[in-house]
Amino acid sequence: MGLYQYEIADVKKTDRIDRLIANLFAKMPEIESARARLITESYQRTEAEPMIIRRAKAFVHILENIPIIIREDELVVGSSTIAPRGCQTYPEFSYEWLEAEFDTVAGRSADPFYISEEAKREIKEADRYWKGKTTSELATSYMAPETLTAMEHNMFTPGNYFYNGVGHVTVQYEKVLAIGFEGIRAEAEQLLAACDMGDGDYARKSRFLQAVILSCDGVIAYARRYARLAEQMASQCGDAARKAELLQISANCQKVPAKGAETFYEACQSFWFVQQLLQLESSGHSISPGRFDQYMYPYYERDRKRGTLSREFAQELMDCIWVKLNDLNKCRDAVSAEGFAGYSLFQNLIAGGQNGDGVDVTNDLSFMCIQASMHVQLPQPSFSVRVWNGSPHEFLIKAAELTRTGVGLPAYYNDEVIIPALVSRGLTLQDAREYNIIGCVEPQKAGKTEGWHDAAFFNMCRPLELVFSQGMDRGVQVGIKTGPVEEMQDFEEFYNAYKEQMNYMIKLLVNADNAIDAAHAQRCPLPFLSCMVDDCMKRGLSVQEGGAVYNFTGPQGFGVANMADSLYAVKTLVFEEHKATLKEFKEALATNYGKGLTKEMIGDMTARIAAGLKAAGQEIGEKEVAVIMKTVIEASELPAVKEKGERLLKLIEEVPKFGNDIPEVDAFARDVAYTYTRPLQEYKNPRGGIFQAGLYPVSANVPLGAQTGATPDGRLAGTPVADGVSPSAGKDVNGPTAAANSVARLDHFIASNGTLFNQKFHPSALSGREGLEKFVALIRAYFDQKGSHMQFNVVSRETLLDAQKNPEKYKHLVVRVAGYSALFTTLSRSLQDDIINRTEQGFNY
Amino acid sequence: MEDYRQTKGRIFDIQKFSIHDGDGIRTIVFLKGCVLRCRWCCNPESQEYAVQTMTVAGEERTIGRDVTVEEVMKTVEQDRPYYYRSGGGLTLSGGESLCQPEFAGNLLRAAKESGINTAMESMACAQYDVIERILPYLDHYLLDIKHMNPAKHREYTGRSNELMLENAKKIARSGQVRLSIRIPVIPTFNDSAEEIREIAAYAKELVHVEKIHLLPYHRLGQDKYDGLGREYEMKDILPPSAEHMQELKVAAEAESGLPCQIGG
Repeated sequence: MGLYQYEIADVKKTDRIDRLIANLFAKMPEIESARARLITESYQRTEAEPMIIRRAKAFVHILENIPIIIREDELVVGSSTIAPRGCQTYPEFSYEWLEAEFDTVAGRSADPFYISEEAKREIKEADRYWKGKTTSELATSYMAPETLTAMEHNMFTPGNYFYNGVGHVTVQYEKVLAIGFEGIRAEAEQLLAACDMGDGDYARKSRFLQAVILSCDGVIAYARRYARLAEQMASQCGDAARKAELLQISANCQKVPAKGAETFYEACQSFWFVQQLLQLESSGHSISPGRFDQYMYPYYERDRKRGTLSREFAQELMDCIWVKLNDLNKCRDAVSAEGFAGYSLFQNLIAGGQNGDGVDVTNDLSFMCIQASMHVQLPQPSFSVRVWNGSPHEFLIKAAELTRTGVGLPAYYNDEVIIPALVSRGLTLQDAREYNIIGCVEPQKAGKTEGWHDAAFFNMCRPLELVFSQGMDRGVQVGIKTGPVEEMQDFEEFYNAYKEQMNYMIKLLVNADNAIDAAHAQRCPLPFLSCMVDDCMKRGLSVQEGGAVYNFTGPQGFGVANMADSLYAVKTLVFEEHKATLKEFKEALATNYGKGLTKEMIGDMTARIAAGLKAAGQEIGEKEVAVIMKTVIEASELPAVKEKGERLLKLIEEVPKFGNDIPEVDAFARDVAYTYTRPLQEYKNPRGGIFQAGLYPVSANVPLGAQTGATPDGRLAGTPVADGVSPSAGKDVNGPTAAANSVARLDHFIASNGTLFNQKFHPSALSGREGLEKFVALIRAYFDQKGSHMQFNVVSRETLLDAQKNPEKYKHLVVRVAGYSALFTTLSRSLQDDIINRTEQGFNY
Repeated sequence: MEDYRQTKGRIFDIQKFSIHDGDGIRTIVFLKGCVLRCRWCCNPESQEYAVQTMTVAGEERTIGRDVTVEEVMKTVEQDRPYYYRSGGGLTLSGGESLCQPEFAGNLLRAAKESGINTAMESMACAQYDVIERILPYLDHYLLDIKHMNPAKHREYTGRSNELMLENAKKIARSGQVRLSIRIPVIPTFNDSAEEIREIAAYAKELVHVEKIHLLPYHRLGQDKYDGLGREYEMKDILPPSAEHMQELKVAAEAESGLPCQIGG
């Protein structure tokens, strides 16, 4: 029995919510230029000042001058752009990519944005200032040359933080709700007064605290601009009901977030300003509301007891926030947009679970969070629920009802794995019990952590390619020079070569991440964010400089299933059954099993041959390159090549695969995952924390798969790599329980930055109460076996195919991508195909 | 290991995560061989005891393999966490499991002795002493009754129904198992309200019947007939409409006073 009582009767959606959604999605999102102009103005005026002060002043300058708007029908206000779902730009992190894509960004397949000529001009004008001043440029200058080479060759991609802010954090919303920014400002004043001019850290600490004070004032002023705007709109409003709403909005914004909230409505508004403005301070995504049902509950409970709040109105306010979370947006470069497809900001909001004492604290709001996601049927917030042995059954049934709507939400997280995993990383038991999820699947303790959770994509397939090429890629020595693969005598030798390539690439990955980390500390410390994360104020350090209590870096590996199946196939076919040789594998991979070469492969081989000829003293001009290329293509299409490829594919087909509940294969997969997770945790970051692995791909398994050659599991070049810890698409043929058993055999504790397991169900599997019961049982049973995360797509294949054909009919069709939900029709074609091809479970006769 | 776990039998499939056949998440073991030859049968490869070759998606596949109870139990055990959480377990199906009574009985016994819930889909088409020996290991009997008219039953399934109806009474009276009656609703054979009512009336007379299931005819087995080189006699028959199924459900409930559901 949990701590709280809860009502579970459904509350109906109001018409307002439908109208808000219709307005939000009426147009293509737009890029606006105000922030770029304002931050540049401020930076130009503050060049001689400490960076932390410059950041605060720029933030304040933006808050005071950025255009504001209250949208029709809104109850909770605060918009970073005039256009619905618009975005601002953040030149202090990077800008060149946007200028290069100005003319293509509206027409691209993944996440297009409209941009006006005027905005282009203004952004271009502002950008001139930023040459040589961005975090990405500084980060590049910090990286080792080997690292830059490896990145050029797509061994890993730290693109997220390389080009953007970090985000990926949950702050102390509860603190703002309780004491407001006046309260936080007073704390900063007090700490500042206690700074002694003789202290060693006086310079840094005093300036940091001053920056906090500036930021608090700026945010209070920004809210009051809304108070005035609402009042002004009210005075011109002919509709009495709306007029009253506007006056209430005005009163709310006058009071919060300056002061502590006293009502649930004020708490909602206060929450929203924090959520919105964190994303105006920096471009980091995955700013996650976290345990909304917990920190909002005292306000809800008090109003309910007083009799001043109906459940219906509370639900409407929450629905409004849910819609608002979709109003925030971010434009990424074309390549990243493929990796994070679906305009997603990954604002993860989680309900249910335990408190610090280990008591279940599921409450009324936990249920209403589920209800809100049912009502709005939108990708944001990335909604999650916590599951543990003591979770109320009805809560999980209600969550399953949401799953059944097909919106891809919620994701389910297992306290029984995540809590001990966090404790093993140094969190106190109390903190670990209070975890929430950041972004896709990454757990952290809110308000105490700088987790750098999405630090890079690491493609585990690429190091295996290097084993076959002795570390060469497109004619360049990218990896280390392991021995010729044809001469390897046993599997150990082969596997060790893979581990050596892995270890080396992991080191370079760490080098890249730490360079970027240092650049953020130096160029983009964030005082506003930092005043809501312990112990920044006490230490006088921003989170970027190591002010948080817990510091991690969590780059995520993917392709576990491909590597497990690949290495197992080599072990079985070459060294145990002697049905194939490594030489045959090498040839088959180089020729893509005779199935036609990808552009990358042709380029790679041509470059290699040309380099060889050049080294031998031959003149290589354009004409010679063309001849080589033609020869390469012809050679790959010889009947003998096709035949050999076909033979090997057939042999591989027969080898057991991960995902079918075969203990021996699964144990092997567990070991393969360790080749990433174990070496990584030996490294440290500049903030004094350690690296911890995640095993999830966001949606990068598709675009990064496109850059990956054929693999020994029979996967063809350029096709998607397996997502997260899920089996390779179509290789799990024994149903969802077998797949789940296999995945549970991986070590989910060591992957403490999160693992991601996708399953797809036909809607018939969840029909009726009985279907929900069995569905919940499936999750429970996977979690009993210590799986960490599970998410579902409940959309029929026919629906998705139809949506590809008639996108206009499915503007709102939301699907689970990987760690988040997105609008299906906004995804690139290849990602759509990948989702359609995931094994569909549960329609058996 | 105990001897009975070495009992051999012939199966043609094991299907995990079955959620439309009985309580919880179940593993269904399909035994090969049947006494009937129902025209609508959706598992025609189950009928012959002999191992057969069937063409599936253009490829030849061998249907039927001989296994021991122990081997089957290894697979059944894999999903224990799901049975535990959902109240599921092992279901025997076929074919008619009673065609391999020793194997079926020992399989049920092995599951029961390991604490796994058991169910069996069956027509009860065997001598009762055969059934009686199995009952102690069976939790839930999912008993098929297809038609009350012996002649029509013979015409469409190849055998008359007296033995099965008699066994149904004895099984019910034994009080040893939970009993559900399953009626495949087949257009042109038994889909009139009258015919369903007759079966429902019979179910009412049996003691301890928990539920009646109306299983609407479907055509998903059709390709298998081609794969076996057999002609499918029901080609022109359409599945009953949802409205008609609803009418039959109301009729069955009214007649029997028992809860009735559409589907497994």
